[in-house]
Amino acid sequence: MAFLEIDHATKFFPDPDGRGQLCVFRDVAFGVERGEFVTMVGHSGCGKSTLLNIIAGLETASLGGVVLEGREISGPGMDRMVVFQNFSLMPWMTVTQNVRLAVRSAYPSWPSRKIEEWVERYVEMVGLTGAENKRPSALSGGMKQRVGLARAFATEPKVLLLDEPFAQIDALTRGVIQEELVRMWTASRNTVFMVTHDVDEAILLSDRIALMTNGPDARLAEIVEVKIPRPRFRSSIIDDPEYARLRSHIIHFLVERSRHLQEQAVAEAHTEGSRAAGELIPTR
Amino acid sequence: MTAARRERVRTIVYSLVLLVVCLGAWQAVAGAGGKGGKGSGIPGPVAVAQTSWHMLADPFYDHGPNDKGFGLQLGYSLGRLVMGYLAASVVAIMLGVALGSSPALFKAANPFIQILKPVSPLAWMPLFLYTIKNAGQAAVLVIFMSSLWPTMANTAFGVASIKQDYLNVSRLLQLSWPRRFFQVILPAAAPAILAGLRISIGSAWVAIVAAEMLIGGTGVGYFVWNEWNNLALNSVIFAILAIGLVGVLLDFGLGRVAKLVAYTE
Repeated sequence: MAFLEIDHATKFFPDPDGRGQLCVFRDVAFGVERGEFVTMVGHSGCGKSTLLNIIAGLETASLGGVVLEGREISGPGMDRMVVFQNFSLMPWMTVTQNVRLAVRSAYPSWPSRKIEEWVERYVEMVGLTGAENKRPSALSGGMKQRVGLARAFATEPKVLLLDEPFAQIDALTRGVIQEELVRMWTASRNTVFMVTHDVDEAILLSDRIALMTNGPDARLAEIVEVKIPRPRFRSSIIDDPEYARLRSHIIHFLVERSRHLQEQAVAEAHTEGSRAAGELIPTR
Repeated sequence: MTAARRERVRTIVYSLVLLVVCLGAWQAVAGAGGKGGKGSGIPGPVAVAQTSWHMLADPFYDHGPNDKGFGLQLGYSLGRLVMGYLAASVVAIMLGVALGSSPALFKAANPFIQILKPVSPLAWMPLFLYTIKNAGQAAVLVIFMSSLWPTMANTAFGVASIKQDYLNVSRLLQLSWPRRFFQVILPAAAPAILAGLRISIGSAWVAIVAAEMLIGGTGVGYFVWNEWNNLALNSVIFAILAIGLVGVLLDFGLGRVAKLVAYTE
């Protein structure tokens, strides 16, 4: 069994008219090895952020579940930490206070001095020295997400969950922060599960990329391995023939196959009869 | 001259005009009325100004139960206000957090709150007098009742509208109950809570005058009633102005606190 095992997870949401339930994704199963960086790519609505929230413990799977180091996840825990698309920093706290809140939770027995040093170290690591006493409203999107990264890495989670972490950051800054993420991850070697729309980002950062078909009733279609050696740099990776091959494969998948596969699944389910894809199933 | 500056000048001019109109109307009412040029008996601005001067010159004298300096009376009122208001605020914030965190509890408690809310805090006075048999404490409880509801309603609203993101982070960090309360819930809802506290201190200050008229003995409310019994309308008008001014200062103070806890997302 892998370090982090997504064990045939299925998620239903209540249908908008409240009569039944709508399947978001069905029977998603894969493993993430210790220290591995796995990214999930798919269109909006395929439930990839929901899956990330299930791993984080903020939501629960309707069927199946998630197993970390042989133990089933039943709620949030300090062994997992999320970096959010919308940063989710406390707006009434300064940079230092935001990071400190997390560090205190991760190391409740540490004396204040050690906590301060630790906070300072991570604030410095993301290049925010000098902005420690600023509140998030005074920071740019890129700087906010640096705080988000500092907060997450400072708790030294076993699994780092990145929920479209760079989607709200302008394209130029995005590249810089992606490289900072790589640098921090290379040093810490956390296990990472990331969710993104951005194919280039996925290839640059990941060891493996999981491709989801379209939702509702999305499935895990395939997992592709990124065989480009590390360290990878944005400037040189685009010349790698493997990069072009992968990129074209994934984009083809997203443009055509993700939809075809879903339709195929729907058709198959219809012939099977009961498990009609995308169709309402009665509330259990 | 910039537009903002021009507007400020205009505001000041309007304000001065209003002041002159008010003083003029007051003078007219004071001078009009009775036959033989005796006036209405209501003292004019000059007479009140003279009385005010005397009052403020020696605010803390104490010549027995019916003759105390205005400063002393104000002190009694503020003392009651602080006691009732602080106790009410603590209770209201606790209850508000509970109501705001649980929609079911909020719905369950709402009918009771809706019935109790429109009741004038003074209506409770007989019950308080009967149960605790102490007029001073009964007045403090009236203040308590008058400043409970706005803080509670605003706190409940503030807590109920805390962004899910902040609650998610506190779940991920597995914050203990006290840390979640003091580091997330209170600061997140603080702007709404302060809005409630500001309304509450206003209604408490309104209620104290009436309460003290009923209980007698000390306080600005008693002062007003006592001066009416003395037919000293100069002092009554002085007290009205002074009560208004103190109300403004209380609101200003809380306004400063509100600025401290404000945040932008």
